[in-house]
Amino acid sequence: MNWVTNNLETIISALGWHVALSVPAIVAALLCSIPLGWLAHRLPRYSGPIITGSGLLFAIPSLPLLIVLPVLTGAGMRDGSNVVIALTLYGIALLVRSVADGFNSISSETRLAATALGYSGFRRFLTVELPLAAPIILTGLRVVTASTIALCTVGAVLGIPSLGTLFTDGFQRQILAEIMTGIILTLGLAGICDALLVVLGKLLMPWQKQVA
Amino acid sequence: MFNRKTATSSMISFESVTKTYPGPSRSAADVVAVRDTSFTVDTGTITVLAGSSGCGKTTLLRMVNRMVAPTSGRVLINGDDIAHMNPVQLRRKIGYVMQHAGLLPHKTVAENIAVVPRLNGASRTEAKRSVDRMLDMVELPADMADRYPAELSGGQAQRVGVARALADEPRILLMDEPFGAVDPLVRTGLQQQLVDIQHELGTTMLFVTHDMSEALRLGHQIILLAEQGRIMQQDSPTKLVEQPANAFVEDFLGLNAVDKTLRTRTTEDGRTMIVDAHGRPAGFLEQA
Repeated sequence: MNWVTNNLETIISALGWHVALSVPAIVAALLCSIPLGWLAHRLPRYSGPIITGSGLLFAIPSLPLLIVLPVLTGAGMRDGSNVVIALTLYGIALLVRSVADGFNSISSETRLAATALGYSGFRRFLTVELPLAAPIILTGLRVVTASTIALCTVGAVLGIPSLGTLFTDGFQRQILAEIMTGIILTLGLAGICDALLVVLGKLLMPWQKQVA
Repeated sequence: MFNRKTATSSMISFESVTKTYPGPSRSAADVVAVRDTSFTVDTGTITVLAGSSGCGKTTLLRMVNRMVAPTSGRVLINGDDIAHMNPVQLRRKIGYVMQHAGLLPHKTVAENIAVVPRLNGASRTEAKRSVDRMLDMVELPADMADRYPAELSGGQAQRVGVARALADEPRILLMDEPFGAVDPLVRTGLQQQLVDIQHELGTTMLFVTHDMSEALRLGHQIILLAEQGRIMQQDSPTKLVEQPANAFVEDFLGLNAVDKTLRTRTTEDGRTMIVDAHGRPAGFLEQA
């Protein structure tokens, strides 16, 4: 406990970095997955390649990816943007299928009704299809959020700061309290973000009796 | 859109419309849904398209709001070819009720009813006024406004479906077997309500059903269709029953069925009771 009180500033900085890297990645993954998943839904012929293809992104090993990305983007090896990009790719891998499933779950009757009422294409997408796909997208987003917050720690190996830094540093210096702090905060952050998503889902989707 | 030219003109005209869909494979022949069908729907009346499933009645209905485009032929509204109208704008001017109400599940009853007025640019206050008026018209309690479709019974959902279709006071209402999925007692109530509403608003209605008793109850004009939209008879309900044009019509009306024949019987208190073939009472005969 002593270590924690003596190193509050380090801990808060690590937590801040962790949030600053993972939240943009989660948001970017969502924004990229919506058009991809929608395409997979609209073009059934290509839905296999789109979903499987994006899912394969998850098979890329994270450390090599973090080493190759700076070469491709030209950013420095320890630049946080590498982690954001890598985490976004992993997020897309997990989320595209949920988005496609979400759009596929809308009944043809509801689509027909929306057309008959006189919704134009984009307005129908934004105010009918997207909200109705949202519960399933949210389920996927919760998985992505937990996964992203966990994976974000990997950057620490390359010296990109995050809660992972507390493990790498703790292992090197044999400080158990530091390692434990890193693990507990990572789990806690994931738990809090998940709870926030559930609350947000309930607020934004009041027609859903319960968001599981 | 849809300027009324004369009070008694025909609102909707189908001119030799044909609809074919590509066959299941490239070598298969095209599937004909409707072949060379023509008829008109008079302004301010209810026309019922009746027929078995697969006769093309829904295809014909959906041609009116351009959900289906005819392969050949034209559909006119007040003399104007709808092929030249913007389909989205056209649909916002035509009410549409479908079999399972088709309410948008993420919108409340009030939001569902307000959809078309809002799409047509009504303010929130104006839309709210339409919602209140429509709920009252279909006899739903005002406190139902904030419920979601999943919380409604089939009959309630269908009332909301009718309210939504009429909320922006369209001149034309299309109904695709709207009461097919509700139980018979509720159905009769909804049919009566529809007749009352039509009488009050003077909306031109095109109504699709496979239920002949529903057709006879609602239609000013009944168009009985065989496969591919072939018109077997087009007449008033009375004419259809009194002078069926052919055996198809007789069969569809069930006039030849033994158990449809009614007889009269004098009861002990001197009234004339109508009984069916099995001797079960169907009602009393009132002397005109």
